[in-house]
Amino acid sequence: MALDPDIFDALLDGVRRFVSERLRPLEAQVSETDEIPDDLVQDMRELGLFGLSIGEEFGGLGLNMEEEVRIAFELGRTSPAMRSTFGTNVGIGSQGLVMDGNDAQKAKYLPAIASGEIITSFALTEPDVGSDSGAVKSRAELDGDAYVLNGSKRYITNADKADLFTVMARTGGPGPKGVSAFLVPRDLPGLSVGKPERKMGQQGAHVCDVTFDNVRVPAENRLGAEGDGFKVAMRVLDRGRLHISAVCVGAAERLIADSVAYAKERQQFGKPIAEFQMIQAMIADSVAEAKAAKALVLQTARAKDRGERITEDCACAKLIASEMVGRVADRAVQIFGGAGYIADYGIERFYRDVRLFRIYEGTSEIQRTIIAREALRNEG
Amino acid sequence: MKILVPVKRVIDYNVKPRVKADGSGVDLANVKMSMNPFDEIAVEEALRIKEAGNAEEVIAVSVGPAKAAETLRTALAMGADRAILIETDETVEPLAVAKLLAKVAAEENPGLILLGKQAIDDDSNQTGQMLAALLGWGQATFANTVTVEAGSITVARDVDGGLQTVKLNTPAIVTTDLRLNEPRYASLPNIMKAKKKPLDTKTPGDYGVDITPRLTTLKVAEPPVRSAGIKVADVDALVEKLKVLGVGA
Repeated sequence: MALDPDIFDALLDGVRRFVSERLRPLEAQVSETDEIPDDLVQDMRELGLFGLSIGEEFGGLGLNMEEEVRIAFELGRTSPAMRSTFGTNVGIGSQGLVMDGNDAQKAKYLPAIASGEIITSFALTEPDVGSDSGAVKSRAELDGDAYVLNGSKRYITNADKADLFTVMARTGGPGPKGVSAFLVPRDLPGLSVGKPERKMGQQGAHVCDVTFDNVRVPAENRLGAEGDGFKVAMRVLDRGRLHISAVCVGAAERLIADSVAYAKERQQFGKPIAEFQMIQAMIADSVAEAKAAKALVLQTARAKDRGERITEDCACAKLIASEMVGRVADRAVQIFGGAGYIADYGIERFYRDVRLFRIYEGTSEIQRTIIAREALRNEG
Repeated sequence: MKILVPVKRVIDYNVKPRVKADGSGVDLANVKMSMNPFDEIAVEEALRIKEAGNAEEVIAVSVGPAKAAETLRTALAMGADRAILIETDETVEPLAVAKLLAKVAAEENPGLILLGKQAIDDDSNQTGQMLAALLGWGQATFANTVTVEAGSITVARDVDGGLQTVKLNTPAIVTTDLRLNEPRYASLPNIMKAKKKPLDTKTPGDYGVDITPRLTTLKVAEPPVRSAGIKVADVDALVEKLKVLGVGA
């Protein structure tokens, strides 16, 4: 159910203020140290950011999709690594449980996920299984009252901090229908997490390998029916893609604001470079593209809140928004010129950070595959 | 002890104010408004006193248009227990606000009234002092630290050149300075819950206070644009220039 507009405006204002006063001043430090300071994580917990998408009955805010993307627009205006800290609890780490968990599973885990007391991760990708996610090789064999889980997962966001993983593993034959989803607590014997990978950008957010060596997962931790795992994963990703699209829009708006401010201040040939039409054209293209993506994200979020099927729309939004922010970041570097290439200005950092949006939660190529599949099935 | 915290809805501190073309005031159409930052510090201090067990209730009060309810909701989201809005669309000057607050104080009997030393819109720095005079209570302005004991309040005041410590008998008036504390962020769940906290709406008429302005604003103008400086060749030229300008000894 949607919130009163004045309450939602107050929420949005609270997030906006936290982003500009608390998060933005720490961007360079987080990037340099590759760590989110503990007191900042605590402030994020206290603000309630971990519970954005979890129901009020579990201590979250229970935002609908339109409200969530509007909050995500604001969160996108700072380093993506900041959002990533609580991003898995809001999105892929919790939503399998929210959508397909039974009452006992929800009661056991959701309150602590909403408060940020436990961190969650989503484990689908494997060393040999990326875009072809229906082909997962990790296996879960039922043995008495537990599934014995074996295999390894790769590039798992927040794995180093996670207390609970949603793991996709094969319980049946080959193909997507043989995959089941499990809630796997980190402290189960046989589960190990690798060292954080060194990455191109988004320092402060970590991805690691997760290995399962005869991990006995209680049968009651299976999420949904046996064989439903791939469906769970795809629904989680539909929603996640929309959230990521909104973050892309926010990042683009930040880059545009920074570009405009710089162009008005930087003088060349005796006047601000903002007065040159070639600079103006870059700003205009960025503004127009960002607004188009924003409109698509909002429209798709509203369709989801009406209960419509949005697989194609989410893929469109993710494709359009992530490609858009790549171009906007590229133009921002160009408008900043030499300064755009220098780390102190933060623009090159954003340029590297936003590159990930075209890859994770489904590459642009996979989004196109989904869009084409849906279009061919629906005859247009 | 109850603590009364008057809060004012003002132009947001991040907004660059624009003066109306006719010079009658600052253009507030479609401008972001929020709680006066000094008042936010007052709310924070009141909450800390309550959380330390030295007060039972924090009541936020505002005088202003219906939209000032949003500012009161912010105080409630931060942790105030209830709120009173004295609604009026008229211009209210510090004396009128102080008279209204004196009436509220008579009804609520707070042990402490904590308010911002001034509002960032008109920078009057008068309401707390006028209120102290109307009520005949002790006052400590520009608080840097506030310590509550049984029956008294010790306040270190920011004064030129250092801190001055004063002790007040309760009930008392304290106005806050910037260094008193760093206000908390209202948590998102508390922003949602604030809607359910009590907010009474009154009018100046309910208190029998005449709020007719006593002052007339003649003109509001933008600060003059600073003109470019000049470069001098050396120290001798600088001294020469200063002498011409009458600055040199």
